[in-house]
Amino acid sequence: MKRFARACIGTPSNAAITALLVLFLAWALPPLVRWGLADATWSAVDRRGCGPDGACWAFIRARWALFFYGPYPPPERWRVDLAGALLLVTLAAALFLRRGRVWALLALVAGVPIVAGMLLAGGLLGLPAVPTADWGGLLLNVVLCFIAVAAAIPIGTLLALGRRARLPFIRALCTTLVEFWRGVPILAVLFMGLVLLPMMLPPGWTMDTLLRAAAVLVFFISAYMAEVIRGGLQGLGPGQYEAAKALGLHPIQAHLTVILPQAMRIAVPGIVNLVVDLFKDTTLVSIVGLFDLMGVVNQSLKDQAWLGHPTEGYVFAAVVFFVCCLLISLAGSVLERRLETTRG
Amino acid sequence: MLILAWAAHNAATTLAERNMRVDFGFLASPAGFDIPFRIVPWDPSDSYGYALLVATLNTALAAALAIVLASLLGLAIALMRLSANPLAAALARGVTELVRNTPQLLQIVFWYIAVLQVLPAARASFSIGGAVFLNVRGLFMPAPNSPLLAMCSGLGLAGAFILPRLLPRAPVLLLGAASMAGLLAVGTLLSTWELPALKGFNFQGGWRLPPELLALVVGVGIYTSAFIAENVRASIQAVAPGQREAARSLGLSPGRTMRLVVLPQAMRTLLPPLASHYLNIIKSTTLGAAIAYPEVLQIFARTVLNQSGRAVETMTLVLGVFLAINLIVSSLIGRWDRRLQRDAR
Repeated sequence: MKRFARACIGTPSNAAITALLVLFLAWALPPLVRWGLADATWSAVDRRGCGPDGACWAFIRARWALFFYGPYPPPERWRVDLAGALLLVTLAAALFLRRGRVWALLALVAGVPIVAGMLLAGGLLGLPAVPTADWGGLLLNVVLCFIAVAAAIPIGTLLALGRRARLPFIRALCTTLVEFWRGVPILAVLFMGLVLLPMMLPPGWTMDTLLRAAAVLVFFISAYMAEVIRGGLQGLGPGQYEAAKALGLHPIQAHLTVILPQAMRIAVPGIVNLVVDLFKDTTLVSIVGLFDLMGVVNQSLKDQAWLGHPTEGYVFAAVVFFVCCLLISLAGSVLERRLETTRG
Repeated sequence: MLILAWAAHNAATTLAERNMRVDFGFLASPAGFDIPFRIVPWDPSDSYGYALLVATLNTALAAALAIVLASLLGLAIALMRLSANPLAAALARGVTELVRNTPQLLQIVFWYIAVLQVLPAARASFSIGGAVFLNVRGLFMPAPNSPLLAMCSGLGLAGAFILPRLLPRAPVLLLGAASMAGLLAVGTLLSTWELPALKGFNFQGGWRLPPELLALVVGVGIYTSAFIAENVRASIQAVAPGQREAARSLGLSPGRTMRLVVLPQAMRTLLPPLASHYLNIIKSTTLGAAIAYPEVLQIFARTVLNQSGRAVETMTLVLGVFLAINLIVSSLIGRWDRRLQRDAR
């Protein structure tokens, strides 16, 4: 406490800075607290029930389910909860299990997408089908982010290895692909995906909007993933590969058992950053007509019953994204620490 | 490769079926739409090709302003985080975490809809000294009547490059800043200013920055500043502590230690990540499409595409513009980087 006090007002200039900041907080915080808590309305039927000075959190409560599930049919929403629980349990298993972590990781990358996909889409085992057009809210952000990361890790690995390949043709191809995707804005690519992807399919094929957006995100993130993984590969040094070769391992075997596991370990912090960025960028699909959390918020603001409360809507969305990003970062740092201890 | 060829083949068949040809000839025909904000003259009878230039300049303007804002704010936040004052450090940390962990699009739309759209109407504008006005229509500023100011700032910029060559002993930064500031002051005093004035329901005259541009610049600038601050902090901390101690023991003041010893060395590790943040800012200006700021994506992938139906051509142009800007900026920064690395030896 004494040290804290000395650090705050130790020297005259420091004391001045402290005084300035305290004044600023005293000016800024009370109105904020009054608006958000003291004067806020927590339950009301529509906007007329909300006080004029405070926040109208009743708006958020009225729209709560929509923000998380979008237009997903209410009687079927337990399927979303179940899929979310499945994802969280597998993720926790992959992070915290002492044995069988590899299996949990495999289940996370290969099992969960298939099971959760069947659960969400329905149409079999007596589950009513839910078209992807009805997937929305935070559900959509999570689905898009998950698909993109799960697909981008293998594709990015191939691209990263391709950039180091001995064949100049493959090297040039991979370098061009990666640099192209990294050089264009993600939103432009999303526009392009919606307009041009249908043309690139054989006549008669269609691709729904969600899949198109997911495909675009996969291409885009793969390029960034490739750079992160290439950084991991470069952090390794040539000795590892030479040693594996001297032991008589086939190049593919050497990569799978010696090079990639170590490179991935180095790349984990970069990959986690990428996942956080991607999760935030999934909001961009709201511009091209999908109703993710951002899209649902935008749409709710136009609701006649709740007109005039944009701040509440965006603050709520910001809090949700903040918590999600924090969780991803937390999972990442747990993973990092786990890998740290297993290094033998 | 096979997949790409297959996709290209499919695209070609689809185009052939719909009887469409990839043809950039439409660029010469008149556009017919209005561009609500631009920094060069525009008339709806101008061509699509010229519209591309106008939109690209709008993109460049937003990117340049956002880069300046993000750099200054990033430096300020980094210095706050490094300061010995725990309150300042905690405040900076909180802001960084909040900004970094919420989507950029959300921040831009928040500034646009929740802040700028609820500003008072023109009659009740916020005003600074009766010259600068902020209201729901945007930010209004005095504009110089003659090109004198532009000429003076050009001269100042040239002076900033030439003076250090003429006077090799003087501190470069100081000379550059003095040259810029001096000529800017001369220009400001000499030119006559056109003040924005309330006429009817809106302001006339002066410069107007529309709310779309403000929201885009503030949103992108603040978002990126949090990332830049982290890099600035990391690169300052990466300078070996012995350097700082040596400078202090030579009798340099803390300020001069920072300016002469720490920052030049930090700059070397800072430049690569800074460059990629700048490139990200340029790409992020496309988010202006969410709030209808007339930049390349908004004008071409929306307006022009809807009007002409030429999907392949417009998307090629949009991607081409960004690839070209990216190449130019990254080669410029690459040259600067090589110079810094060379000076290090």
